[in-house]
Amino acid sequence: MSAFSPFPLKAKMEVFFFSVFNGLLYGMLLFMLASGLTLIFSLMGVLNFAHASFFMLGAYFAYQISKYVGFWPALIFAPLIVGLIGALIERYGLRPVHKFGHVAELLFTFGLAFVMEEVIQMIWGKVPVPYNIPEALSFAAFTWRGLDYSAYRLFMLLISVGIFVALFLFIAKTRIGLMIQAALSHPQMVQSLGHDVPTIFMWTFGFGCALAGIAGVIGGNVLGTEPSMAITLGPIVFVVIVIGGLGSLWGALLAALFIGIVDNLAISFDLKLYPIFALFGVEREAEGIMSDLVNLTTGGIAPVLPYLMLVLMLIFRPRGLFGTRDV
Amino acid sequence: MADLMRKSGIWIAAILVILALPLLVKSGFHITMLNQMGVLIIFALAYNMLLGQGGMLSFGHAVYFGLAGYSVAHYLNGVGEATLPYLPVSLIPLMGGAVGLFFGVLIGFVSTRRAGTTFAMISLGFAEMATALTLIIVTFFNGEEGIQTDRWVGPEPLGITFGSDVQVYYLIGTWCLLATGAMYALTRTPFGRMCNAVRDNPERVQFLGYNTHRVRWLAFSLSSFFAGIAGALHALNIEHVGFETVGIAQSGLVLFMVWIGGASTFAGPVLGAILITYLNSNLSDLTEAWYLYLGLLFMVIVMFAQGGLAGLIVMHEPIWKVDLKLFRAMVVPYIMGIGSTLIACVGVIGLIELAYFMSTRATAETQKVLYGFDVDAASVVPWAVCLLIAALGIEACRRTYPPMSASYNTAIAAVKARMAM
Repeated sequence: MSAFSPFPLKAKMEVFFFSVFNGLLYGMLLFMLASGLTLIFSLMGVLNFAHASFFMLGAYFAYQISKYVGFWPALIFAPLIVGLIGALIERYGLRPVHKFGHVAELLFTFGLAFVMEEVIQMIWGKVPVPYNIPEALSFAAFTWRGLDYSAYRLFMLLISVGIFVALFLFIAKTRIGLMIQAALSHPQMVQSLGHDVPTIFMWTFGFGCALAGIAGVIGGNVLGTEPSMAITLGPIVFVVIVIGGLGSLWGALLAALFIGIVDNLAISFDLKLYPIFALFGVEREAEGIMSDLVNLTTGGIAPVLPYLMLVLMLIFRPRGLFGTRDV
Repeated sequence: MADLMRKSGIWIAAILVILALPLLVKSGFHITMLNQMGVLIIFALAYNMLLGQGGMLSFGHAVYFGLAGYSVAHYLNGVGEATLPYLPVSLIPLMGGAVGLFFGVLIGFVSTRRAGTTFAMISLGFAEMATALTLIIVTFFNGEEGIQTDRWVGPEPLGITFGSDVQVYYLIGTWCLLATGAMYALTRTPFGRMCNAVRDNPERVQFLGYNTHRVRWLAFSLSSFFAGIAGALHALNIEHVGFETVGIAQSGLVLFMVWIGGASTFAGPVLGAILITYLNSNLSDLTEAWYLYLGLLFMVIVMFAQGGLAGLIVMHEPIWKVDLKLFRAMVVPYIMGIGSTLIACVGVIGLIELAYFMSTRATAETQKVLYGFDVDAASVVPWAVCLLIAALGIEACRRTYPPMSASYNTAIAAVKARMAM
């Protein structure tokens, strides 16, 4: 995502600005995945391992559709198809497994992620497909101190903020949104009041998958559309919902933005960690494993950081920052 | 005496089979496959100590397998360069076990406080961290290249050098028997029973005054110990340890083996490891879609056979123990049901093979050999035929499964009636 080369010192301000901007963008993409996942998780208790696979499916569908009719129809239809597939999988795959408990459901989605990756390889091959950003948006939106910022990225930000606002209005203002909120905290009560909770489950699952599909449509052409995109992004989305707290959309938003920005800053500034080790008296010219440690940079440990946060959070505060229930 | 024979019969049979197999199969390919099977049997059984017996679903158990493998590879290289003291190569798996135990005790302490989804996610976090660390701590993991090693080091007691694969086979076979025996014995101890209790009803166990965290932690540590033994044997077997051995793909593979074989029985993981390794060795050259079939098989088992393949066998045990004649009424429905399943499989596999062929072929050639027929994959005919077979098979399954389960229920009811008498 944050593919900046090292900058000279005088460009630090621009680097900071652009990495925060890119971090926001990455964070909003993560939020689009995480919001659906956290809704599904807190509503049904299912940690949907295949959630990022629906993101991948969105990107591939968008590629295929935009090959024939262009990007804009793809932006509408790809998420709809992904959402429909998600709802069908919930109805005919996940629901029968529900009676065997959460472990079986987790295993089902784990197998599903595996199968979806193989199916995508079967249809579109193992190499990345050329899903490019649309012509209409491939220009520089603005230039600041000699650095261009692409219009498409600005468009991604607009779409994701729009989705975010729409999601909050939907949850807070509509009848279905209220029902989902109620089912989040008291699923049995909602069922006793005569609402069809299994159907709510099915459409929430489909809706969450469609959100992931939108993220795939607008993110696939920047991140690269390839069969491994789900397995690289999926675990990060888990990190987001755990840190944000189960069932909390605000938590998911803050955690997504935090991870997005920290990741981008860590990689673009690539600070050396030697001073920290020097505090503990580690020699600069250490040998063996220590030599790897003293030469670490923030860019080098960036891939580990989210998982470190995940593990620490689960150990010390399993309900996350804003959650009300333990995982 | 007869009682002893009956109880230990399966173990004696296992020893005889392990001793005799290399005499029956001569080709190097099969010996390599058997070696892999031995390693993965230990790993799968260790994994099932967590999943089947302790109720802990881990997505990162390969971490202990892989770390033990790396350590052993470094140790062997150290012995080769005469910088480390020599230890008989046949005892090196113990060293791998110690490495696994060390990390298991360490990581297990923080991750076993809760079971269920929390545990699963912590294990995932550690798996991802380990994978990322292979690229960061280069002196130990050596990045994507991994560590090359040589098991032919030090003195040669009785002329055993482990130069040939057959010698490694007997090493793996011996350790496989020892580890399997130890893990089986463990399930019979009060501790093994406590693991089951913690899996089934942790609240009640706590009320009885036990510390569930400590039981899970001990189970986790012991499981990591056996995973370490498997990892060490893996390093000895292929003389290379790569970054993928600690990754989620390796953990996922052992999860597939255990669940397909059956997590609720002791022998299930053994069955799964043998079956999946066999299919992996033989099918991965034959079809590119092998992993897709593996994933589909896993999902079918998750949806329809919670006990795995071993569970399907075990559920018929009461019938053959009471009266074999009860099977007579089951023969026809079972043949119908299994036959329909096979027909459906033929259709689905045909479709998958056609799709893979069309998307991965390098040339414009569209002729493909499918089930011995020369077909033109670009024409609609083979697709339509396969689709028809698949649809017929699935429809037949829908019709033949109810009589099949009805015949099973009748037989079980008869068994219960006899027991009550």
